[in-house]
Amino acid sequence: MATRVAQISCGTEYSGMQWILNDIADQVGIELVYPEMELSQVESACDEIGFRAESPGLNMMMARAVSMLKDPSIKGALLLTCFRCAEGTVVKDVIRRFLHERTDIPVIAYSNVEKPKEIELYARLEALKTLITRKALLMRERQEGTTLGVDSGSSTTKVVVMKENDIVGEAWLPTTDPIRSADEAIEKALAAAGMKEQEIESIGVTGHGRELVGEHVKADLNLEEVSVVAKGAALLTGRHKGEASVIDIGGMNNKLILMRDGIANSFSLGGICGGSSGRFLEVAAHRLDVGISELGQLALKSHERHELQSYCMVFGIQSLVVSLAAGVKREDVAAAACRSVAEQVYETQIQEMEMRPPVIFVGGVSLIEGVKKEFEQLLGTDVIVPPNSQYAGAVGIATLVSGL
Amino acid sequence: MKVLVYPPNSLILADLVERGGHEPVVLMREIGKHVRDAEIDAPPLNVTEEDLKRALRYVSVEEPAGVKGRIGLLAPLLEQAEASIILTDAPPTFGCMGCAVSDEFFKFLIRKRNIPTLEVRYEGGERMKETVDRIMAFLAGLPKGK
Repeated sequence: MATRVAQISCGTEYSGMQWILNDIADQVGIELVYPEMELSQVESACDEIGFRAESPGLNMMMARAVSMLKDPSIKGALLLTCFRCAEGTVVKDVIRRFLHERTDIPVIAYSNVEKPKEIELYARLEALKTLITRKALLMRERQEGTTLGVDSGSSTTKVVVMKENDIVGEAWLPTTDPIRSADEAIEKALAAAGMKEQEIESIGVTGHGRELVGEHVKADLNLEEVSVVAKGAALLTGRHKGEASVIDIGGMNNKLILMRDGIANSFSLGGICGGSSGRFLEVAAHRLDVGISELGQLALKSHERHELQSYCMVFGIQSLVVSLAAGVKREDVAAAACRSVAEQVYETQIQEMEMRPPVIFVGGVSLIEGVKKEFEQLLGTDVIVPPNSQYAGAVGIATLVSGL
Repeated sequence: MKVLVYPPNSLILADLVERGGHEPVVLMREIGKHVRDAEIDAPPLNVTEEDLKRALRYVSVEEPAGVKGRIGLLAPLLEQAEASIILTDAPPTFGCMGCAVSDEFFKFLIRKRNIPTLEVRYEGGERMKETVDRIMAFLAGLPKGK
């Protein structure tokens, strides 16, 4: 049976994307419903939320949010307003806060554009579906038995072997052919654990390549990244209770996840610009003639603040080259590159969400100390980078599969 | 004359225009074309790529998608209008496009057309008769049979 999710929007049909939304919702098994309400209830809903917009469509959107709370069959909410609409953005934020105060159901937001990327919408709706339908599984707080977790990412493939809640073997390889990379990483992780494949009780797979790799390794569990990374972050930090925020920056994408009791309940996915990914830092490291693993340490030596003129992978790197040619110290340029990634994630994603401390930083980029430092300065709070932070996805799925 | 009404989906204003002996130019007809067009594979209210492109004649590419979609749907109405009636401050139930920016911008586009235009404020209750009288007087003053 399809999962009922409330579509709370101000007129998506005028943006030219409703049919794509319906199509993708169908594919992931979600039924998008418009919460019913009387027109006469719009005024009282605005009063209840405490905000009144100039646009009637946005007032109606608030009324739908209030109405949704009265329908127990609705298990999630999707908030939509147009990209670049100032009033819509305010209302979307007001509704999100209102729903977080009144309910525990997962809420996600997206901005209407004329030509949305289908893969972006798919990733969001699929993650929403997991958070709703696999809640019992996601409540797991401990890995049991011997399991293997594969995170087939866009840049790297990470594998962990876990035994009774401990990582006993791990491997991390660049992703080329997803199946070959997974096979090699599994072999290395098993060798590191001193184990044979037969000793593994179950296998879980996540990441971009999960469908292909999952079928190849005959995975017992195949889940999208949002819920899995949140679980991995909770496990690696031992924070299973209360609220937390997770920043995950990988080689080619990033995520911001808000979680409660170790389970994601709101998230924002990047994907608009490669300048906020690990790839930007790889290119920067190459131009600075240091390994990616040394970039962060180099940035920490910086004493003079320098800014790159653009976040863009092309123009930002051009600015980096010009800075070096102008005699700016390498460590200051390295710090500027780290700041560029942190600032873009902050400006495009974090500022849209209500950060809930503690802030946990995972994914490959979390290993670059300079980026952690920049986040701490931007957010004004400590950022936790747990041990094995790059394996958050693999640890999450290895733990979840042990609960099947 | 072809008289564009605003709000463009107001059944009451459309009816008044017909009673005044003119042809109402309303959104319902434009949407009707979408519904009857076998080439359009979308529910009736979904705007098409053509609507969005058409909007770019009037709005910046930087405008939100919903503004472009609304203006794209409304643009044919604007282009055929020979006169217009703009009812301001009407409640949303009287007819509206849902988006304040689209509302304001479309009214601006109507004014820029320099066609005979009546701007009248919505008056509820007893004073609605005065509003209707003004609309009917305006319609009576427009040349017929054009």
